[in-house]
Amino acid sequence: MSDVLIELKGITKNFGDQQVLKGIDLNIRENEFLTLLGPSGCGKTTTLRILAGFDEPSSGEVLFDGVDIAKIPPYKREVNTVFQKYALFPFLNVYDNVAFGLKIKKMDKSLIEHKVKKTLKLVGLEGFDKRDVTKLSGGQQQRVAIARALVNEPKVLLLDEPLGALDAKLRKEMQGELKKIQKEVGITFIFVTHDQEEALSMSDTVVVMHEGIIQQVGTPEDIYNEPENRFVANFIGESNIVEACMIDDLLVSFDGFEFECVDKGFKKNECVEVVIRPEDIDIVKPEEAKIQGTVKSIVFKGVHHEIVVETERRDYTIHTTDYYEVGLKVGLSFGPDDIHVMYRMDWE
Amino acid sequence: MKYFVKLVRPYLIWSIVIVIIPLLLIVLYSVTTGGNDLINIQFTLDNFKKMAEPIYVAVFLKSFRLGLISVGICLVIGYILAYLITFFSEKVQNLLILFVTIPMWINTLLRTYAWISLLSDNGIINSVLEMLGMEPVAMMYTDFAVILGLISDLLPFMVIPIHTSLCKIDHSLHEAAMDLGANPFQTFWRVTFKLSTPGVLNGIIMTFLLSISTFVIPKLLGGGQYMLIGNLIENLFISVGDWNFGSAISVILAFIILIAITCMKRIDKETGEEE
Ligand SMILES: Nc1ncnc2c1ncn2[C@@H]1O[C@H](COP(=O)(O)OP(=O)(O)OP(=O)(O)O)[C@@H](O)[C@H]1O
Ligand SMILES: [Mg+2]
Repeated sequence: MSDVLIELKGITKNFGDQQVLKGIDLNIRENEFLTLLGPSGCGKTTTLRILAGFDEPSSGEVLFDGVDIAKIPPYKREVNTVFQKYALFPFLNVYDNVAFGLKIKKMDKSLIEHKVKKTLKLVGLEGFDKRDVTKLSGGQQQRVAIARALVNEPKVLLLDEPLGALDAKLRKEMQGELKKIQKEVGITFIFVTHDQEEALSMSDTVVVMHEGIIQQVGTPEDIYNEPENRFVANFIGESNIVEACMIDDLLVSFDGFEFECVDKGFKKNECVEVVIRPEDIDIVKPEEAKIQGTVKSIVFKGVHHEIVVETERRDYTIHTTDYYEVGLKVGLSFGPDDIHVMYRMDWE
Repeated sequence: MKYFVKLVRPYLIWSIVIVIIPLLLIVLYSVTTGGNDLINIQFTLDNFKKMAEPIYVAVFLKSFRLGLISVGICLVIGYILAYLITFFSEKVQNLLILFVTIPMWINTLLRTYAWISLLSDNGIINSVLEMLGMEPVAMMYTDFAVILGLISDLLPFMVIPIHTSLCKIDHSLHEAAMDLGANPFQTFWRVTFKLSTPGVLNGIIMTFLLSISTFVIPKLLGGGQYMLIGNLIENLFISVGDWNFGSAISVILAFIILIAITCMKRIDKETGEEE
C-alpha cells in the first residue's frame, strides 16, 4: 500500500455547544479514492472544510505529509475543492474560471493556456473556453468546477457531494468519469456523499460516519460484506439484523438454533448481532433448513423479487429471482460465510 | 394576464400626466421664446447658443467638478462603510443600514442649517477651536462647506446600493477564490469588488444625479454668490423668469447625464467581459 498523505488525529469540532465531530482518526493514503459516507448532518462537510482550511478543528491534529497544517490558511494549502454548488465565478467565462488559480500564481500566459486547454480536454469540455458559465447545464458546470480545481495540480482534491444536483443518469455517467479522471491524474480524491451505492462503486476506501464518529473504514467489499455494527449494516444496503450469541469461535446461536460461521475472536457467550444480506438467503423446502416460516409478501423489484418470510421469531427479507406464492411454507438456508457477526451496539 | 394589463392603465395615464407632459413642455420651452405664453410660439435655438457664453460654461464646469469630488469622496467612504456593515449579523446590519438612512428622513433644509451651526464663524467647531486656544477657521461659504454638505446628503445613496450588492454575493465564491490560492486581498479585489460593481455604478449614478441638481446646499453653505447648475436653473425660473433659457439648461443637463449613464453601463458590461 502506498504512503500515508494525510493523518487526522483526534479531530473534534464544536459549533457553540454542539459537538459535530467527536474524535476523528483517519489515515488517507496517496493516490486513493476515499469516500466519506454518512447520513445528512453527520459531519462530512465539516471534515472536508477542516481539510481545506475553512474551519479550524476544536482539538486534534491534521498532518499533511507529516506536518501539522492547522495554522496554514486555505490559500496556502496544496488542496483544492469542488464545491457542492460549484461556486463558479459568474463574471468569468469557462476559460477564465479554470485559469483563475494559475493567474493568481502569476504563471506565464502561454503556460496557463496550455494547462487550461489540457484540463478542459480531460473533463470533456474542449472548445467551451468562451462560454458563459451561468448558461451551462448542471453537468457542464460540474466539469468546469472539477477542471478549475484540477488545473492547479493539487495533491488532494476534495469533492463535496459533487453529483448531488445531477439527475440519476448523468450522475452515473459522472461517477464513471470521475473515477477515470482520478486514475488519470493519479492524486488523492476525498469524496463526500450520502449515497451508499455511489460510495461503493467509486471508492478504494469507504469511511462510514454517523453523528461525528467514524463507524467503519474499509474497502467497499469490507464495508458491504463485513459491516462492523448495526448502523453500517443498515446504512449500506438492506439487511437482516438479528441479535445473537457467540457460543464459541466459528459457532453462533440465534433464533433458537446454532449455526457455523467464519467469525472468531469474540468472547465466549458474548452478545453480538448477526447480519445476513437478503440475497445470501436461499429459499428451500421446509424440511431442508433449520429456520422455517411462511411467505408473507412478495414484491417484484425489477431484477429480483423481494420476499418477506414470517418465522417464529422475526420476519426475514430475501431477494431472489424465483417466485413463491404467499402462504407457502418454506425453509431459509444460508452458509457459514453468509453470516456476518458484528459487535452489538446500543443505538437509541 | 389581460386583467393585469388593464390594471396598469391608470398608472400609465398617471405617469404620462406627471412625467411625460412636463418633460415635453420643458423641451418645448427650450426651443421657443416668450416664456409660458403658449399661444404665440416662436421657435429658436438662441437658448442653447447662450449657454456657450463663458459664465455659463464656468457654472457647468464648477458643478461637474464639485459633483465629481463629492461623488469620489462618497464612493470611498460609502464603500468602506457598506463593506464593514456586511461583517455584522443580519439583525445588526439592518439596524446599521437604518442608521445610515436616518439623514434621509430629515429635511435637507434642516440638515443644512445644522451644518451652518457647526461651520459658521461663531459656530460649534470654531468655539471649540477657540477654547483650545487655536485660531478660528472660516469654513462657511467655501467649496469645503458645500462638499461636506453634499457628502452628508449623498452618502446613504452610495451606501445602500453597494451594501445591497455586497450582500448578494454568495460566500462560497470567497471560499472558492481562497481555495484557488487567492489571499484575502486578492479575494477582495477579484471577487468581492468585482461582484459589487453594479452597486458601485448605481451609487455613482445616483449620487452624481443628486449632486449635479442640488441647489439648497450651495445656496446655504456656499453663499449667495455661489452658483451651480441647480442654482442657475432655480434663479432663471424663480427670480429672473426666463423659463426658456432655464429649460434649455435642463435639457442639456439631462443630455449630459444620459451620456454619462450610458458610458457607465458600458463600463459595467466591459469589466464583466474583459480578462
Ligand atoms: N457553521 C456552522 N455553525 C453551526 N453549526 C454548524 C455549522 N456548520 C455545520 N453545522 C452543524 O454541524 C452538523 C454537521 O454538519 P455538516 O455540514 O458537516 O454535515 P454533512 O454530513 O455534510 O451533512 P449533509 O449531507 O446534509 O451535507 C450539522 O448538524 C450542522 O447543523
Ligand atoms: Mg454537507
